Amino acid sequence: MTIAQVIFVVISAVVLVSAVLVVVSRNIVHAALWLILSLFGVAALFAVLEAGFMAVVQVVIYVGAIATLIIFAIMLTRREMREPGQQTHRWWPLPALLAMALFAGLAWLLGSLPGTGAAPPALAGEDPVLLLGQALLSPEQYMLPFEVASVLLLAALVGAIVIAGDSR
Amino acid sequence: MVNLGDFFYTLGMWLQGLLMRAGLNESAARGAFSALVAALLPLIALLTAVPLIWLERKWIARLQDRMGPNRVGPFGLLQVFADMVKIFTKEDITPLGADRVVFALAPVLAVAGVVGLWAVIPFAANAFGVDLNVGVLYLVAAGTLSTLAIMLAGWSANNKYALLGAFRTVAQMISYEVPLVLSLLVPVLLSGSLGLNGIVAAQREVWFVFSAPLAALLFLIASQAEVSRAPFDLLEAESEIVAGFNIEYSGMKFGFFFVGEFLHSFTMGLLGATLFLGGWTGPGVETYPALGAVYIILKGTFVYFLFVWARATFPRIRIDQMLDFNWKLLTPLGLFLIPLLAVVNRGLSESSVWLRNAALLGANVLLAALVLTILGMRGRSARMRAASNATPAPAALRR
Amino acid sequence: MDNAWSVVGIFMIVAIVLPGAALIMARLLGPKKPSPIKQQTYECGVETVGESWVQFKAQYYVYALAFVVFDVEVVFLYPWARAYGQLPLFATLEGALFILILAVGLLYVWRKGALEWQ
Repeated sequence: MTIAQVIFVVISAVVLVSAVLVVVSRNIVHAALWLILSLFGVAALFAVLEAGFMAVVQVVIYVGAIATLIIFAIMLTRREMREPGQQTHRWWPLPALLAMALFAGLAWLLGSLPGTGAAPPALAGEDPVLLLGQALLSPEQYMLPFEVASVLLLAALVGAIVIAGDSR
Repeated sequence: MVNLGDFFYTLGMWLQGLLMRAGLNESAARGAFSALVAALLPLIALLTAVPLIWLERKWIARLQDRMGPNRVGPFGLLQVFADMVKIFTKEDITPLGADRVVFALAPVLAVAGVVGLWAVIPFAANAFGVDLNVGVLYLVAAGTLSTLAIMLAGWSANNKYALLGAFRTVAQMISYEVPLVLSLLVPVLLSGSLGLNGIVAAQREVWFVFSAPLAALLFLIASQAEVSRAPFDLLEAESEIVAGFNIEYSGMKFGFFFVGEFLHSFTMGLLGATLFLGGWTGPGVETYPALGAVYIILKGTFVYFLFVWARATFPRIRIDQMLDFNWKLLTPLGLFLIPLLAVVNRGLSESSVWLRNAALLGANVLLAALVLTILGMRGRSARMRAASNATPAPAALRR
Repeated sequence: MDNAWSVVGIFMIVAIVLPGAALIMARLLGPKKPSPIKQQTYECGVETVGESWVQFKAQYYVYALAFVVFDVEVVFLYPWARAYGQLPLFATLEGALFILILAVGLLYVWRKGALEWQ
């Protein structure tokens, strides 16, 4: 195994184990912290794939903004930080089976897509951020989704204020 | 022949030569050299905290018409070492019921977040940790570590005051991150590059502080509020409440938060110098590239002096005033500055450098004048409202 | 080792290990005399009363929310800032429109009084 593969396995293990711990932790704040670790791991994976922009955006948005939002929401709504009682459902084998079937289906679907497992296309030394910018702004490419994204953000902001405002 | 003018390059080449003679091929030697730099630079970053704390204490003291440390060593130079020895040998107390792992992790993350910023700062034309093509966004990403650290610190101490303090500090930090990130967008706008090396190279003729002084001002203000430094330090002011989110911290862990704050401030100074004052550019850098390191340190220290000056001069701002200032002045200012500068810059991209920069400066001045006029009008109407509300003194007293 | 990010990785690992080592050294060097009084939570010098949980204002959440929206917006703007120079003026105006829509959002939040720190 090359060093790159070892690094990939280590980072993926971190991501997967933290993700499992998010679900399994009794203390909800611990769960949030494991989530943050998992998100950092995903950013590291992006970095390993040399998708630098995605890596930093992952940290800035997911860890910096969304994880903070989640922690604020936890602190605002939770009286008891620990989940009392049983963590597992009585008939847990059935959902476990369903989840595994879903995973198998997704894995087969992703595997049968063309390009999976192949090396990512080399960008021939061009700046990915420049390409992304050009793609976002050209009328032939993604200009409309770019503007619609701002409207979407506006809608999110307005909606959240309407909901949060009512409770005051 | 050793070319001292190009010190960093020669040093790098010599070290790589050593590694190659030890048996590595060229690309492995280069990689090992980068790894060595990556390992040493955090140490250098942490070591700069030592003279920095002495400098700040001396400056603040002089601004407050007193001497500052002058007992320990000549001119008090050994004061910081004495403080370090004291902090190293203090007992490590973790409060009962606190989450031990997170409690210990938080100060480490606080320092790591600041030191991480040093990886992308270009100290000279060929002296930097790594030239990321997304350097500016990397700065924001490393900043989130600091915010996270404070959240962890406040929660893990099992103290409701620490948690409350942490919440307010984080609210302040994330609020001021918006104008900070907007101001970081301006050098990208003007240089067309997200990498810090590209931004510095684009300032060879005109520094961005002259093309976009409003953006520099925005950066200055927002970066200080981001670091929770005076005049924005209500939440950890020694005279107001007992230390805020780091109530339960003592000894080395507290030392890390303390050092982290100073170092963060200085690093923001270095960043301001890189983004707006031209970084390592200056007279003579073509022939002696190593001079660049001297320039950036001088410029960074100058910006840091501005921060210390502000700390000594301005009164502390209340949290509601702080947040109002951020969301109702700085953020709209940033939001209007960006498209204005973009249109001017793009519209005049074919013209000469001087015309374009003069137009950019003019746009800044116009926007600043507009903002000041609006503020003046609001201030006047507020004063008139206050005057009309004031009841006249009773007749008995009016004699 | 071609990846620039490997350098960042090493940098961050050292940046975390170095303070960690200092902490461990301080723990070894310092005195260890735990006592129940020292380990109590601090509450302005008096004994702690009640549990360690306080009601938090919804206002914190509103600030975090506004931050998320504007953070995402600015992240969209970085590729725009990188590429607008190479594209016709129309692209610059697209970005201006993007910002304008969100400025309207800020105005809405402002007028709704959601930015007041109660």
